[in-house]
Amino acid sequence: MTDLLHIGRDVPRPDGADKVGGKALYIHDITRPGMLYGAIKFSEHAHARIVRIDTSRAQRLPGVRAVITGDDVPEVRFGFMRDNLALKKGKVRQFRDEIAAVAAIDPDIAKEAVDLIDVEYEPLPGLFTTADALADGAALIHETDPTGRPVTSNLVPAACSHRSGDLEAGKRASRFVAEGHYTVPRIQQASLGTAGCIAEFDLNGNLTVTAKTQIPFLAQRDFTNALRALGIKDKNVRVVVPAVGGAFGSGLDTHAYEYISILLAWHTGKPVKILYDRYEEFAYLSPRQSAELFIRQGCDENGKLTFREIEVTQDNGAYVSWGATYPNVMLVAATSLHRVPNVYFNATIVYTNNTYCQAMRGYGNPEVTWGIETNLEELAEKAGIDALEMRLLNCNQPGDVTPMGLNLQSCGLRECLEGTAEALDWDRTRSVSRRPGRGVGMAALINVGGGGKIYRSDGSGIILKLDDFGNVNVSYGGVEMGQGLHSALSLMVAEAVGVLPERVIINQTDTATAPWDVGTHASRGAFMAGNAARIAGARLRERIFALAEQVYPGEVERNLAALGEGEGLDEFDFRSVTRDGFDLRNGWLLCKDAGDEPWLRVELGRFLRAAHFAKEGGTGTMFTEEAFYEPPTDLPDWSAGYGNMSAAYTFGVQGVEVEVDEDTGEVTILRMVAVTDGGRVLSRQAAEGQLYGGIVQGVGYALYEEVHSSEGRILNPGFTDYKIPTAADIAFPIELQWVETNDPEGPFGAKGLGEAGIVPTAPAIANAIYDAVGVRIRDLPITPEKVVQALAAKVGE
Amino acid sequence: MKVEVGFRLNGYEVRAEVEPHLRLLDVLRDTLGETGTKEGCGEGECGACTVLVDGAAINSCLFPVCEAAGTSVMTVEGLAEANGALSPIQRAFLDHGGAQCGFCTPGIVMAGVALLAENPNPSDAEIRYSLTGNLCRCTGYVQIVAAIRAAAVATRGERGD
Repeated sequence: MTDLLHIGRDVPRPDGADKVGGKALYIHDITRPGMLYGAIKFSEHAHARIVRIDTSRAQRLPGVRAVITGDDVPEVRFGFMRDNLALKKGKVRQFRDEIAAVAAIDPDIAKEAVDLIDVEYEPLPGLFTTADALADGAALIHETDPTGRPVTSNLVPAACSHRSGDLEAGKRASRFVAEGHYTVPRIQQASLGTAGCIAEFDLNGNLTVTAKTQIPFLAQRDFTNALRALGIKDKNVRVVVPAVGGAFGSGLDTHAYEYISILLAWHTGKPVKILYDRYEEFAYLSPRQSAELFIRQGCDENGKLTFREIEVTQDNGAYVSWGATYPNVMLVAATSLHRVPNVYFNATIVYTNNTYCQAMRGYGNPEVTWGIETNLEELAEKAGIDALEMRLLNCNQPGDVTPMGLNLQSCGLRECLEGTAEALDWDRTRSVSRRPGRGVGMAALINVGGGGKIYRSDGSGIILKLDDFGNVNVSYGGVEMGQGLHSALSLMVAEAVGVLPERVIINQTDTATAPWDVGTHASRGAFMAGNAARIAGARLRERIFALAEQVYPGEVERNLAALGEGEGLDEFDFRSVTRDGFDLRNGWLLCKDAGDEPWLRVELGRFLRAAHFAKEGGTGTMFTEEAFYEPPTDLPDWSAGYGNMSAAYTFGVQGVEVEVDEDTGEVTILRMVAVTDGGRVLSRQAAEGQLYGGIVQGVGYALYEEVHSSEGRILNPGFTDYKIPTAADIAFPIELQWVETNDPEGPFGAKGLGEAGIVPTAPAIANAIYDAVGVRIRDLPITPEKVVQALAAKVGE
Repeated sequence: MKVEVGFRLNGYEVRAEVEPHLRLLDVLRDTLGETGTKEGCGEGECGACTVLVDGAAINSCLFPVCEAAGTSVMTVEGLAEANGALSPIQRAFLDHGGAQCGFCTPGIVMAGVALLAENPNPSDAEIRYSLTGNLCRCTGYVQIVAAIRAAAVATRGERGD
């Protein structure tokens, strides 16, 4: 690995210049000739029967081209349990339910027309807590399943549990036990670029959707199913992804607005764009899933963990999207963060009349890590053991196979713990003489770092196409949404092929040209793309070197003619170099065993042109290679909670020092440190960006973010009332350190990094607050009100 | 009823027949086709639409286009040289990882331009304070602050300060 020329370099992102220049085109910036603007009529009740929809006034508004309701168009079902309809019929189940839609010649007319749609409702009692929804005799939010069979409860049929070892024996072996209830709220992904799409049909009946999505190929499948529902068969759906203004999981499923845009385009024969404004983004898009956790852990007299028991209840909201599968990902930390022998995990997912939830960075892991790493410190305190020592005592080791069957081929958790402790000066700052109100804390993480198999393929294809000039054009199915996939991939392709990174041209995904990819989630993009690139790059080199046996001597002769006779000519027989003797480095075809005299080097573009435009008698050839990488992982059995779902696992520890104002409850972060084992760092700038960004989202999650709602209506749908961290809030240093384990399955030794940053931030802060002022907050966000109340309760004790 | 509004945009005189209720942002993006300036919230909270009017950073989503009449407006499109060479602050954002998804970037770059014009040698705290009206969800601001710090040094160097 010492021979790498580009991996690990600190270089700018390939899409950076267009972004700093305002040239990158987002969905907001794209129009099509003749395009209409769509707008949606959303429900004004959380749970109600739709008695009547009157669209007549909207229809009459000049500039309106179509008004549709669920009664006007075929039923288009979506969501992985197919319990959601593009346009609702008969009943609404959440405030944001889509009832009708308009296409008009400009966005203002479309919105005005929506306001002219009258809906008469018959309100039904709403169910807004999991307890109410599970109570005996509770009304059913969905009376039938998608096939029409009656259901008997509001439980979402998404079983996820795990049982390993002997829980009762673990409890008997425990000297100390800590237990508690921990909750995490819904939060908003809050991408700066809001959601939107353009749908259009060509005159052959094929559909193109320009979509802000993280799953172009699953969206293609979903939209193809929607066409079938419209009676359109055997037509092509093409999904084109523009520059994406942040997503963080919000683009992991298809959305009603996308189907509505397709329906309006189908209805009008025109391209139709739907673009959410900020209010719609907050009020009508699915936020991060909330959760209630009960956690109990035990240890023996030395602090060795004896068991872990976790019961999760999730308020799913009204329809099923990926929020319902957070427990699948929670299993990773639940079973495998620290060595723990006897584990029980169970999740209950409940339909309510709240907004339905979706993916966000970390996907269950920050939620469950919040509980585990907070509870672990409570256990350590009971046992009278330092929390760092307890983590070191139970630390995961390389080569471990965990209770879930996760195969930890590389694991630098110990180094992460030690590095964090050293950076915080743990022995001198933790629980010992210090200024009042100051404390330090830490929390650890395990995250999937080699994909996360939740679908029958977790693979990725790639196409590397060499042109006549030595450029490598890359078609990859994953999505660059800001995370730096293209930064990492350009370096990996450069390394895999043997060209300079600036000669690697990566286009944003278009399903018409890119090979299949399951989607950009689970920190998987760089890992999958890099492994696919290594395979394709090796094939390209093999073919180039084979042909070089014939082409190279002639090109060297051209060099000699141009340069005059070179030195060392006598010693090196350039006419009989065999394929094993060639190398390709930074765009130059070379001989491994020769010196790097200029006359022995052939520029790749020249070689490619010589190969393409073959001389008389020869056959021209071009170099394009595709590869599909399927990681060696298992699709877990979710009811047993078992299976090695990722090809590598990322570890990390975050440490924080805080100061707590005991009068106001305000928490000030003084400094943070994150020590991360993401394997080998690919692009330093991108890796650092992922960590900084994740940590700051974690700070918002820890201290202030929450989607507030009352009877299903979102109360803070805008940046005025929903605060995300500003630059002034991050007025403390964040120190990053890397533990560069060299993962055997990782491309160039790398593991995924997209999610790690957000995972342990909240418990690290909570643990520091406890160290500072002795109050334990178990419900996020840790607002000043909660701290003050806890301090008051402590005084009262 | 439309009105004619004229102002200087990135050094060139522009005139447009517009509905008088429009925001400067609408006219820049929809009428003049300069889509580099972004709309992130439409209510002056996120700063993605930041442009300079007579050198002052403003939220163009809250700025009536009629108020721009006779002023000099600068947007992100006006920073790079005609040959495409990035300005020092743009270069610094590129080199220091100040852009990720890039949607907030044009606004933040313009806020940075305004800051450095007013204060060529800002402290980190001053940089952070000056950006409180510009939200970024991707970067955690660390690399943005580093970029503006570096741009300050580069800009001073260019002027020989």
